[in-house]
Amino acid sequence: MSEAVAFLLQGGFDAVFSPLYWLLDLWSVLMSWLAGATGLKLLQYEFMHRAILVGLCIGVMAPLIGTFLVHRQLALIGDALAHTAFAGVAVGLFLNAVIDLGVSPYLTAVIVAMLAALLIELISEATDAYNDVSMAIVLSTGFALGTTLISINAGGLTVSVEQYLFGNLSTVTTQAAAILLVLFAIIIAVVAVTRNQLLYVTFDETAAAVSGLSVSWYNRIMVMLTALVVVGAMQIMGVILVAAMLVVPVAGATQVSRSFSEALLVSVVLAELSVILGIAVAFYAGATAGGVVVLVAVAIYALAVIAGKLQTVIGETARPKMDSIDAEATEQPGD
Amino acid sequence: MSADSDAEPTSGSPSSVRTPLIEIDNVDFGYTATPVVRDISLRIDAGEYVAVVGPNGSGKSTLMELMLGLLEPDQGTAQLFGEPAHKFDDGSRIGYVAQHASASKEMPITVREVVKMGRFPHVGFGRLSDSDWDIVDRALDTVGMSAFADRRVTQLSGGQRQRAFIARALAGEADLLVLDEPTVGVDAESVEAFYKLLESLNDEGITILLIEHDLAAVTDHADRVVCLNGEVYFDGPTEEFVDSDALARTFGAVTTTPGDAT
Repeated sequence: MSEAVAFLLQGGFDAVFSPLYWLLDLWSVLMSWLAGATGLKLLQYEFMHRAILVGLCIGVMAPLIGTFLVHRQLALIGDALAHTAFAGVAVGLFLNAVIDLGVSPYLTAVIVAMLAALLIELISEATDAYNDVSMAIVLSTGFALGTTLISINAGGLTVSVEQYLFGNLSTVTTQAAAILLVLFAIIIAVVAVTRNQLLYVTFDETAAAVSGLSVSWYNRIMVMLTALVVVGAMQIMGVILVAAMLVVPVAGATQVSRSFSEALLVSVVLAELSVILGIAVAFYAGATAGGVVVLVAVAIYALAVIAGKLQTVIGETARPKMDSIDAEATEQPGD
Repeated sequence: MSADSDAEPTSGSPSSVRTPLIEIDNVDFGYTATPVVRDISLRIDAGEYVAVVGPNGSGKSTLMELMLGLLEPDQGTAQLFGEPAHKFDDGSRIGYVAQHASASKEMPITVREVVKMGRFPHVGFGRLSDSDWDIVDRALDTVGMSAFADRRVTQLSGGQRQRAFIARALAGEADLLVLDEPTVGVDAESVEAFYKLLESLNDEGITILLIEHDLAAVTDHADRVVCLNGEVYFDGPTEEFVDSDALARTFGAVTTTPGDAT
């Protein structure tokens, strides 16, 4: 019975993912060509091709969502969701061991993290504030559930949980990479469509509500997207460090940017730099990628702080003149 | 300027000039058991220039939030453009300037990007067209902030920031402007110019609802005054308000003299 379910699920996924597998193959060919052209050892392995692709996607989606979170003082929600995603991974491993479902633990992680995201949002709506206590409770519940399920199941487990906790470049399977591409597409599409609304709600919640936006719905969308990013980024970054990618590049970009669009762009550039440098260093030094990526990101953040300070010192000279309020200049169409 | 109050009652199409823009009927509201506002009935018609005054804690802002549908009354009804206020979602008809803006304080965003948000209710999920951008730039020009268009909002003074938010409300090209102590932090000279601007907007048919504690500004500019302290103490033309003792009754012993504009 359960094998039939597993078979159906597997077949369904394969049908959905086959174009993605083709895309991954194409990417691999491109990378191999690049490896031949540059002679970089880093680009010669197929698992590195996938890892780099996943890293590049993380470098776009994490700061993109992080920008909307950081400016609402929600920097830690990523951390909370990552720990519940770990519970999701444990559920997946558990189900696979018990009923042989054959589903990627990342898929169960997506589901559990999204439910947790909704829960956090609903709690905050009911109590009228994002309080760090409820966030801490969700975080520890998630992690506790994860460790419990895994310990119960320890005998039957063939997969090490270390790759989920700390991330791993070499364990990014084609299926996991395909899942990430789907998450990536969803996140980019939703942000592209609702960018105006997300910006308004992030900047000025009250004015956004007056202008007819359903603030709670956009908040729910935001936390669910965060859950997707967290699960997507977990493969390389690991549960414990994934939140850093949501926060650190955004904090760096805030130091040097003037406009919101500039801040978005700069945060993506900083994140990509951290990911590429981090993966390269991790590969040659034989270190865990997640840790190195975050260290690079923090170093870049420190540079951005210095650059921001210099910018204010240098830019202080220009003082534009403020015009008077012009009562006659109103040219609104007459009613 | 003051619209007649014998218009036909609500319902009907919201665009009808006769429908009151705001209608509050026997509204009670309290965050706890103690009510903040009690038994308030108010009606604001298209084209009016109404000021709500009252001491701190008199429920001015609460009343405004009820009118805008940000809060739901415990009792009674609040209607906006003929619809229950909390269900009304046509943001393009309302411009809103908050007291000391609720907005994020550290976010990197330029003045022009803030004013741009005024167009969001008009464009929805789409992009701003060239004419939308023209309206944004005109609004910046109107409040004298064109030179600051590309400045980061966090680097502005309080008064400059407030001007940016006023420009955002103007860019919305709304029928109704709601302003909650909009001139807090704005320099005295600009305050005068700002009230002139409101007057000329009102002359063009835009309804103005002003929540103020600066009584001088109110008595000089508004056509109608609503004096509030938990309940409505006075509601009528400004001249009558100046002559009446409503002020003393509302504010109790500690009276703020009209004329001490700061």
